[in-house]
Amino acid sequence: MIALAIVIGVVAGVLSGMFGIGGGILLVPALALVLGLDHVEAEATSLLAIIPVAAVGAWRQKGYGNLDVRSGLTIGVFAAVAAVVGVALVNVLPVHLVRYGFAALMVYVAWRMATSAIKQLRADDESAVPGGN
Amino acid sequence: MPSLRISQLALLGLATGIFSGLFGVGGGIVLVPLLVLWAGFDERRAAATSLLAIVIAASAGAATQLIYGNVHFVAALTVGLPAIGGVLIGTWLQQRVPVALVQLMFSVLLVGVAVLVVLK
Repeated sequence: MIALAIVIGVVAGVLSGMFGIGGGILLVPALALVLGLDHVEAEATSLLAIIPVAAVGAWRQKGYGNLDVRSGLTIGVFAAVAAVVGVALVNVLPVHLVRYGFAALMVYVAWRMATSAIKQLRADDESAVPGGN
Repeated sequence: MPSLRISQLALLGLATGIFSGLFGVGGGIVLVPLLVLWAGFDERRAAATSLLAIVIAASAGAATQLIYGNVHFVAALTVGLPAIGGVLIGTWLQQRVPVALVQLMFSVLLVGVAVLVVLK
């Protein structure tokens, strides 16, 4: 079971570095289902585990010249405050209804990102054709 | 590197925090698409910015959870240490994959998370 948790940890880290996410999407299930933590403990423990992972990722990205520290820090501070508001709103809003809207929005955003990515890939392809450009 | 105004950064942070708190999704899932589609960042800059923002937001969240006593340190190390190795691989890999391809893969990830949000 420990070996499985370690493997999931590595994969979560790769996703984190590749996509700029924390990796909680895999860490929370690993902590709950593999290591047997209850759901609240799993989410809390995942938050702690994510800190050094994201920090190392950000540090590497700084080395690659992709990081504007001021932007990341400012967004992070506002996000930290707003997350508290978001969690509090869960008790006030009919979140189970809003959830479907949010999921639909995510699919729409995924569509927008995919089409813009495909357009870029096609443009790269055309410019790579010998004599094409 | 064109930098955003403080009002834009604040808006990005507020949207990220509220949506992730409200729906229990990670901040990066919200922030990266906003940075790409709204702020015009490429995937590498978006991921870099998102990771640093996550450090701050996760620290605040973890501090609260530490007070409540919900954090398991051994379990955090068990998944966290391997994940540190993974993030080194992931960031290295990201520099070698075309940004548009990373963006395409991210959109698949987004659909996956949307399914999880519905099932939750």
